[in-house]
Amino acid sequence: MPRVTYIQADGQSQEVNLEAGSSLMQGAVDNMIDGIVAECGGSCSCATCHCYIDADWIDKVEPAEEMETDLLDCVSEPKDNSRLSCQVKVSDALDGLVVHLPTTQF
Amino acid sequence: MAANSRCIIIGASHAAAQLAPTLRQQGWTGSISMISNEYALPYHRPPLSKDYLAGTKTAEQILIRPAAVYKKCDVGITMGVTVAAIDRPNKQVMLEDGLALDYDKLVLTTGARVRKIDIPGVELNGVFYLRDLNDAQQIKMFTGANKRAVIIGGGYIGLETASALRKIGMQVTVLEAMPRILQRVTAPEVAAFYARIHKEEGVEIIADVQAVSISGDKQVESVQCHNGTEYQADLVIIGVGVIPNTELAEQAGLKVDNGIVVDEYARTSDDDILAAGDCTFHYNPIYQRHLRLESVQNALDQASVAANTICGNLKPYSALPWFWSDQYDLKLQIAGLSQGYTDVIVRGDIDGSRSFAAFYMREGKLLAVDAVNRPQEFMFGKRLIMQGNQLDPAQLADDSLSLKTLLTS
Repeated sequence: MPRVTYIQADGQSQEVNLEAGSSLMQGAVDNMIDGIVAECGGSCSCATCHCYIDADWIDKVEPAEEMETDLLDCVSEPKDNSRLSCQVKVSDALDGLVVHLPTTQF
Repeated sequence: MAANSRCIIIGASHAAAQLAPTLRQQGWTGSISMISNEYALPYHRPPLSKDYLAGTKTAEQILIRPAAVYKKCDVGITMGVTVAAIDRPNKQVMLEDGLALDYDKLVLTTGARVRKIDIPGVELNGVFYLRDLNDAQQIKMFTGANKRAVIIGGGYIGLETASALRKIGMQVTVLEAMPRILQRVTAPEVAAFYARIHKEEGVEIIADVQAVSISGDKQVESVQCHNGTEYQADLVIIGVGVIPNTELAEQAGLKVDNGIVVDEYARTSDDDILAAGDCTFHYNPIYQRHLRLESVQNALDQASVAANTICGNLKPYSALPWFWSDQYDLKLQIAGLSQGYTDVIVRGDIDGSRSFAAFYMREGKLLAVDAVNRPQEFMFGKRLIMQGNQLDPAQLADDSLSLKTLLTS
């Protein structure tokens, strides 16, 4: 099971094990990690599961599709490493992944 | 709050799945029990008419949270049990089997149920409503490539179902009683767009027609309409709206008016009984009127407010309603409520393409946005509604102009 670390904007971090194939959003919801709202349940509709992929990992994550990049343009504080966590599937190749959470999803 | 306090949640809904863990996060140390008349952990309902029906997601994949989360939060879930009554003087929930459970705080997340129609033949095999996982599971036994489906009701549920059934190769006819589909929820321009898309996708939409009977020998065979037309069917799905489940609240003497009336802290007229989600009638400060919403956003946000209230952390509920509907390759995102609009401004080619935004205006201000495959118009539209500024129709219609430029910082 890939291990993922979620780091809050205030620096608090939580390390959790996720099922390979599940999304970073589902992993956060399942482990009650604050800061991921995920209103639409993963259908790439609401942009309330915004996160930043750690710089060391950004190249290892599959790139975003157009719907996602369009939504990312509109989130508060978008960065080059912004992603919607519902669209990032974890795999064994992402074991050790570090994800940073924004200050707000709205 | 004491460790021996008891919180009971009636209905294992979207709101319940949000409420129970939030209570723990907010420091509730007492017991939490969820009572459901269904036989499933809380699940996402929207996929029932979309990915689940089309077979691209399983029942397990639509669970809101896995069983482990409830265990970790020490939330007891009783399934397949119906609550018969609430005894407010004794602070007890009476179950159908006679058992009485004590509560200190009670939350009603009872949701809504389908509106039923009373025409001959609705009891036939192969005739369904669609609200629960159980409905969707049964419907799937009647689906199959080249079989014929008749959908009664051209609202979002009916149209999403039509899309999902086309995906698995069924022949689909939608019967709408009003002069056009989506009559209650969208402008004529948007309805015409969806009528065109469904036609392009091979769905037959018949408006202004009333289904008056359903025929078949045990199993459904056809649907008859008021004008004498008849449509062959192996499967009939009726989607004509929902009504809130308010009976328990009503019988308990709580204030009910088009839903269980709650204040901005999700409290009913009894301070120890709260309610959240589709079953509530609540004040929305953005639109300055009472609303009953049928949406995931409302269920989640109001449940969070309720959990905070129970833990003594009063946070008033104020959120812009939003909705979505996935049909074929179209992602519709709706921000705000369009009721009371006087003008509609369209951005993009609504007559020929599969991407546009419709802005619903009143007195020069934006009330709501329907955005199809236009996430930016949806996202910035939300903010424009919240800002409440006067907007120039020409700028809204100008596709070369990003909506972002219309925001005041």
